[in-house]
Amino acid sequence: MAKPVLSARAKNQKHSFEYAPAPESRDIARLKPSYQIFVDGKFRDGSGEAVKTINPADEQPLAEVAEAGPADVNDAVAAARRAFDGPWSKMPGKERGKYLFRIARAIQERGRELAVLESLDNGKPIREARDVDVPVAAAHFFYYAGWADKLGYGGFGPDPRPIGVAGQIIPWNFPLLMAAWKIAPALACGNTVVLKPAETTPLSALVLAEIIAEADLPPGVVNILAGGPAIGQALVEHDDIDKIAFTGSTDVGKIIQRTLAGTPKRLSLELGGKAANIVFEDAPIDQAVEGIVNGIFFNQGQVCCAGSRLLVQESVADELIASLQRRLTTLRVGDPLDKNTDVGAINSAAQLARIRELTDSGVDEGATRWSPPCELPERGFWFAPTVFTGVSPAHRIAREEIFGPVLSVLTFRTPAEAVEKANNTPYGLSAGVWTEKGSRILSMAAQLRAGVVWANTFNRFDPSAPFGGYKESGFGREGGRHGLEAYLDH
Amino acid sequence: MTTKSKSTKAKPAPADDRLRVRKTYKLYIGGAFPRSESGRSYPVHSASGDLLAHAAQASRKDLRDAVVAARKAFAAWSGATAYNRGQVLYRVAEMLDGRREQFAAEVAESEGGSPAAALAQVDAAIDRWVYYAGWSDKYAQVVGGTNPVAGPYFSFSLPEPTGVVGVVAPQDSSLLGLVSVLAPVVALGNTAVVIAAEERPLPAASFAEVLATSDLPGGVVNLLTGFTAELTPWLAGHRDVNAVDLTGVAVPDRKALQIKAADNVKRVYAPAAADWSADPGISRLGAFVETKTVWHPIGV
Repeated sequence: MAKPVLSARAKNQKHSFEYAPAPESRDIARLKPSYQIFVDGKFRDGSGEAVKTINPADEQPLAEVAEAGPADVNDAVAAARRAFDGPWSKMPGKERGKYLFRIARAIQERGRELAVLESLDNGKPIREARDVDVPVAAAHFFYYAGWADKLGYGGFGPDPRPIGVAGQIIPWNFPLLMAAWKIAPALACGNTVVLKPAETTPLSALVLAEIIAEADLPPGVVNILAGGPAIGQALVEHDDIDKIAFTGSTDVGKIIQRTLAGTPKRLSLELGGKAANIVFEDAPIDQAVEGIVNGIFFNQGQVCCAGSRLLVQESVADELIASLQRRLTTLRVGDPLDKNTDVGAINSAAQLARIRELTDSGVDEGATRWSPPCELPERGFWFAPTVFTGVSPAHRIAREEIFGPVLSVLTFRTPAEAVEKANNTPYGLSAGVWTEKGSRILSMAAQLRAGVVWANTFNRFDPSAPFGGYKESGFGREGGRHGLEAYLDH
Repeated sequence: MTTKSKSTKAKPAPADDRLRVRKTYKLYIGGAFPRSESGRSYPVHSASGDLLAHAAQASRKDLRDAVVAARKAFAAWSGATAYNRGQVLYRVAEMLDGRREQFAAEVAESEGGSPAAALAQVDAAIDRWVYYAGWSDKYAQVVGGTNPVAGPYFSFSLPEPTGVVGVVAPQDSSLLGLVSVLAPVVALGNTAVVIAAEERPLPAASFAEVLATSDLPGGVVNLLTGFTAELTPWLAGHRDVNAVDLTGVAVPDRKALQIKAADNVKRVYAPAAADWSADPGISRLGAFVETKTVWHPIGV
C-alpha cells in the first residue's frame, strides 16, 4: 500500500484570510433557567436529579433540567397507554395528521430559536443546525402527517393497526432531528410515545414538548423524559411498552436486543457505522474533496453514517490527499454560533476522551496523523479535524467507530479490492462512491453491504428516503414508506 | 420418474423378491452429501414407532462448515438475476413434482396420517416453490421505488437479501413446513443453513437431493439433520450468520437463542405457530431483506 506523502504546501500553508465574526444571537434561543419533563400533557419537575446541561463550546451551564426518575417512567408509560386506549388510536387518520402538520408548522415558526438552542446545547455549528437539523425535523413531521390517513396504501394491509406505546431513545448528535424521526412516524401510525433524549442534549426535545403542548395534542400522546441511561433502561424494561426504537451505539443496541429477548416487544435499532467513502481515479477530485469533508466533518464527525474511512484509488491518492489537506486548512473551527463556522465543539468531555483515546491508538499503531493549523478555543471540548494516512485495515482507527472529526485514509487498486475493504466491517450503515462512470456507480452500489449508498454526494437526508443499517448497524428503517413498518402491527 | 415409480407399484410381486437397496441419509453442505464429521447418527422412527433409518447427527463443526458454504455461495446467488433465481426455484418445483409419490410415502411414514393427506402436503410444497419462484422478480417492484426527495437528487430504495440465514425448520411438518420456511429465504437471494425437524428429518434429507438436481448452486441451501437443542445455540450465536428463523424452536426455548442472536445484531424471526396449508402471504419474504437507499445528484 502506498503511503501518501504530505505535501509541503499543505504543511506550510497558513490561514490566508481573517474573517470578521458573524455571531448569531444567543438570546434567540430564549433559554430558560430551568426545563421540566413532559408527562401526560403537563410539564413538571422529574423525580430524578436536577442536572445542569452545559454548552460544550465553553463548558458554561446553559440551564438546569429536572431529570426523570423511575416513577416518572411509570407515569409516562401509563399516560401513553391511556392516550393510546383513549383518543389517539381511535382518532381518524386525517385528524391525527392535522396535529402533525401543526407540529411541523410550529417547528418552522420557531426554527431560528430551535437552531440556536440546538447549537448551544450540542456544540454544532449554527449553520448546520439552521440548514439541516431544524428544517429536516420539520419536514419529517410534514411528511408523516400526510401518511396518517393513507396508511392503507402503504403496503401493510388494507387496515394496518398501530402497535401501542412506543419507548424511544435518541442520541445527542441530532437531538431535535432524531426526536422528529422517532415521533413523527409513530404518531402518524396511531401509536403514543415516551421519548428519552440524550442526557447531554435534552433542551430542544423539551422545547418540542412545548410545541406539542401548544398544538393541543391529547395529553399522554407524547411524553418526554430527560434522563440518563437508567431511565432508558427503565423504559426498555417496562412491561407496558409495546415497542422500543433506539438510535445510539451498537454496544447499547445489543444490550437492548438481549433485554427484549423472550418478550413480545417490537424493536428497531439504528446503531453505529464505519462508512467507506470510496474515491476512484476518474472522480472529479474537487467535488470528491468537498464530499469527503462533508462526509467526515459534518457535525464534527459525530454522525453514525459519517464517511470515516476514505478509500482512495492508489493512482490518485497523493493528489487527492494533498487537495484534501489544502481544503482542510480553510475549514473554520470555533464558536458554533458564528455563522461562518464549519466545525464546532465536541458534544461532551466523555466523547472528547474517546476520540483522543482512539486517535492516540492510531499513532501508536503506526498511522501518520495530520491536522490543519488551527487554534482551538481554550475552554470547551475541542478537537481539530484530523486525517490519518498510512492506515492499515487492522488498525483500530480503521475498524472502530470514532464518532469524531477523524478521517482514516486507506488505498486500493481495483474495484474488487475497494468492495472487499469497504465491506470488511461488522457495520453496514452507509457508504460513498465517487466516480464519473455510471456503470461503476451502480455496480458498487449493488455490492456495498450498507443501507445507504451516496454516489457523488454524501450525508444527504430526506424524510421520504428510508435510512438504516445492514449487519451490526441495526435493523428497521426510518423515513419513507418503509419507516411506517416499524410502527405498524401487520 | 413418476411413471417409473408408478410401474413399480403396479408390479409389487417381483419387487418383493428383490432385496431393496436402502438409502444412507446424509447431510447436505456446499452441494455435497457428507456424513457428519462427528461420525454420529441417531435412530429415526416412524409415526407408529418403527425404525426407519439412522440419520446423520450433525455437530457444531458441521454447522460451521455449513455457514462457511452458505457465505461462500452468497455473492453469486444474491448477485444472480431475479429471473434466474425464479427459474431455479421453479426447477425445484419440477424436480419435486417428479418425485411426489416418493415424498408422499416419506411424509406419511414420518408424520402418520393418510396417504392422501401426505400427497396433498407434497403437492402444496410443490406449489409453494412455484409461488415463491414468481416472487423473486416481483418483490423489489412491490416494496421498492423512488424517493421524491427535496433536492436535485435521484434517490431510490430497493430490497436486498440479508445474507446468511439460519433456519430452524418446523418440527411438525417435515416437508411442507420445511419448504414453507426455506423457499422465501432463498427466493430473494439469501443463502440458508437449515436444521431439519429433529424427529422427522428424512423427508428433508431426501429433499436435499431435489435441491442438488435443481440448478441451485451448491451452498445456497445447506441442510443439517440432528438435535435441535444441540445445534441451535451455535447457529444463533454464529457471528457470520445474519439472521435466524426460529420457527422450529419451541417458544420457551427461543429466549436464550434471541439473547445469543444479539451478539451480532441478528435479525430474529420468531413467528407464532402457522397453518402451513394457508396462503403464505409475503411476511416471510420481508423478514430477511434489507432496504438499500441509493442517492445520486441530478445535474448537467
